[in-house]
Amino acid sequence: MKAMLLKRALQLVTVVWGVGTLTFILMRSLPGDMAYRIAASRYGQDNVNAQAAALVREELNLDQGAFAAYWQWLVDLLQFKLGHSLVSGLPVADAIQHMLGHSVLLALAGLLVSVLIAVPLGLLSAWRGNPLDSVLMGLSSLIRAMPVFVLGVLFILLFALHWNWFPVAGFGTPAHLVLPALTLALSLAAVSNRVVRDSAKQVFRAAFYQFSRVKGLSAWQTFRRHGARNIAVPVVAFFGIQLVSMIEGIVMIESLFSWPGIGHGLAHAIFARDIPVIQGAALVMGVLFVALNTLVDMLCLWIDPRGVREA
Amino acid sequence: MPALKRIFSCVLAVGALFGVTVSAQPTQSNTVSISAAFEFTSLDPSKNGFVYSRMQVLETLLDANESGLLMPALADRWDVSDDAKTWSFHLRDGVRFHDGRLMDADSVVNSLAIAQVKHGALRNAPIESIRALDKSTVVIRLSRPYTLLGAVLANYANGILSPDAYGKDGEVLALSATGPYQLYQFAPPHKLVVEKFEGYWGKKASIPYASYLTGHRAESRVLQARSGQVDIVFGLDPASLPSLKRLPNLALYSNAIPRTIVLKLNSGHRFLNDVRARQALSLAINRQGIAKGILRVPGSETEQLLPASMSNWHLNNVTNETEATAGTAESLLASLGWKKNAKGILEKEGEEFHLTMMTYADRPELTTVATAIQAQWQAIGVSTKVEVTNSSAIPMGHQDGSLEVALISRNYGFIADPLGVMLSDFGVHGGGDWGAMNWNNKAITADLTVLEETSNPVKYKATAQRSAQIIFAERPMIPVSFYVQQTSVNKRVKGFRFDPFERSYFLNEMEFVKP
Repeated sequence: MKAMLLKRALQLVTVVWGVGTLTFILMRSLPGDMAYRIAASRYGQDNVNAQAAALVREELNLDQGAFAAYWQWLVDLLQFKLGHSLVSGLPVADAIQHMLGHSVLLALAGLLVSVLIAVPLGLLSAWRGNPLDSVLMGLSSLIRAMPVFVLGVLFILLFALHWNWFPVAGFGTPAHLVLPALTLALSLAAVSNRVVRDSAKQVFRAAFYQFSRVKGLSAWQTFRRHGARNIAVPVVAFFGIQLVSMIEGIVMIESLFSWPGIGHGLAHAIFARDIPVIQGAALVMGVLFVALNTLVDMLCLWIDPRGVREA
Repeated sequence: MPALKRIFSCVLAVGALFGVTVSAQPTQSNTVSISAAFEFTSLDPSKNGFVYSRMQVLETLLDANESGLLMPALADRWDVSDDAKTWSFHLRDGVRFHDGRLMDADSVVNSLAIAQVKHGALRNAPIESIRALDKSTVVIRLSRPYTLLGAVLANYANGILSPDAYGKDGEVLALSATGPYQLYQFAPPHKLVVEKFEGYWGKKASIPYASYLTGHRAESRVLQARSGQVDIVFGLDPASLPSLKRLPNLALYSNAIPRTIVLKLNSGHRFLNDVRARQALSLAINRQGIAKGILRVPGSETEQLLPASMSNWHLNNVTNETEATAGTAESLLASLGWKKNAKGILEKEGEEFHLTMMTYADRPELTTVATAIQAQWQAIGVSTKVEVTNSSAIPMGHQDGSLEVALISRNYGFIADPLGVMLSDFGVHGGGDWGAMNWNNKAITADLTVLEETSNPVKYKATAQRSAQIIFAERPMIPVSFYVQQTSVNKRVKGFRFDPFERSYFLNEMEFVKP
């Protein structure tokens, strides 16, 4: 375990430096004049012109060499300074805290609900087999084939318009979280219930599982002693991957529900060439991903200690 | 007895405190909620002042009414000297900033001096000095007569803030302004909540709170209106209007705004440097089809830049038949030597008529209109590549000369007097970042200079009409359609009215209908 944590700490430093450097290079190599892009985001489409771009260029010293800018970023990073947004002038740390906080909340809520849907359905599907398995397979495929945006609109139509239970969009109260989290959960559960089902089916068919029944354990006892842990390892690893990809990949949901998450914020920062925000967000997300992976690995090790040697 | 009195006072105090705490929370019943498409990121009026002005947090020295005429605001009257170079603004008495400080001439001078060094129209005004004559008079000295000054001062970028609102470098740290609402919650880029300001000098608000939520997607905004969870929704998708009209709890408003969808042409381009080519491209556009089929606002099509509400600049003699007197698109292009080749594309001296049209997705209708124009030009043999990019690529393309055609949405009411935009679009340099490009017309340069210095309304109108006629005849820009703002208002709110210059939501005039 100690060796694993040490390895991960090293990985963290590499990720922070690598992600920041790569973001810097990518942003600098994008076409278009940065000053114009920043001016458009600062002052709005009606108010961007050469004068605004010149003002931005002068104020932000955009004519300084790329190497000097990179060096400055590295020095600031070593002092844990993330800088200020080029567009709003507000501290990057505050913006990220606001956006990432909302994304993590939404992602965790979505994941939790998806677990509550996917685990029982996946187990039931593996245990009962057809026709339930085929029905769930069909449903999962249908939901996966549907853009998450459509699913969100359907939920809004049903829960916000028809029954008027939850707000259509916005944030600030627990009720605002329900529909985006449910949309996310259902689209995640459509895949993860299949992973649970495959894992469970593999375990149910395994010789050790069959043997435990033969030696006289009840179905429940067999599941508890020999099934649960074995099924859980690949499932927990998969949920971990889902959580990681979700934090960055829920742009559509955030946009539809006016949810101020990092996916949406990052997309806008890229359009605006707001490099400190992009670097800061990429950095924090990199750290978060390493932390989450470590957490998932630790969880998997705890569930199945046989993996200790490989880790 | 004293003990009982003390207990009673304590109970009262706790009760009052509890009451204050309970009432000092925005809830659905005490908040008028607004949803619109545009994000805000900064407290600085020069950047996002539009939202603070509309939410009535920020006020300016002068205001503009729905016809664009200047009105008193923080200055209750103003005089202009005979040589039109000295403007004196007499400040309203008893105006308090949200931080409790009394507004005086020094605070106004401070705000304007800070606005002057930031991006905005004030920076370009020929100002020699801004100073306080006494506690309630601000005097602005100009180096030459400049009739636009009043309209420029009415722009949100020049909102008046308390001296304590600024940091040492002029950055805005708090939005202590003078409006009937003050900032309550600032959660950029999506949510803003304002709270009624009891110390307001004018008509005090009746609704305690107002919230602004950025709704990026038109679909979400329509659903917010349908569900009744948002009271006022701006920028509705025209396709959704018929279904919204059927809802008994909503009132719908369609208001023309001084914003135009227009094609910006590079008149120096070898294919476009003859007015006949520009006229042909204009004639080939089916404006009625675009207005009806894409924008779904029949009647919004236009052949000229400015709407009838801007009467100085609007040409009454221009109809869709006026430009057809020049000929047809085909005959005009043939007169320039263009002939269709086997592929159906116009060709001259071995070169095909090919253009690249830039547009941007900030306003989703632009991309659809661009592809419609692409098809309509294809029909006359002009091949067009549509390039959807960031809006900043247009001024950049103008500056480096690479731009050929751009489909843009131009706001002529950005400053209450359209002369401000006309000067930057058609002024001394033969055009501007969002206006004409490589188009030089000495008559219009002279006319615009005269307009800057003319206070005689008759002379002003005659000169503006001549300028508008030149622009129409020369086609350095090709107008397509006017914008109509579609708004839904929940009937639980009364007192809504629309400002065509989009300066204010008039929240302090609204009330909740009592059940």
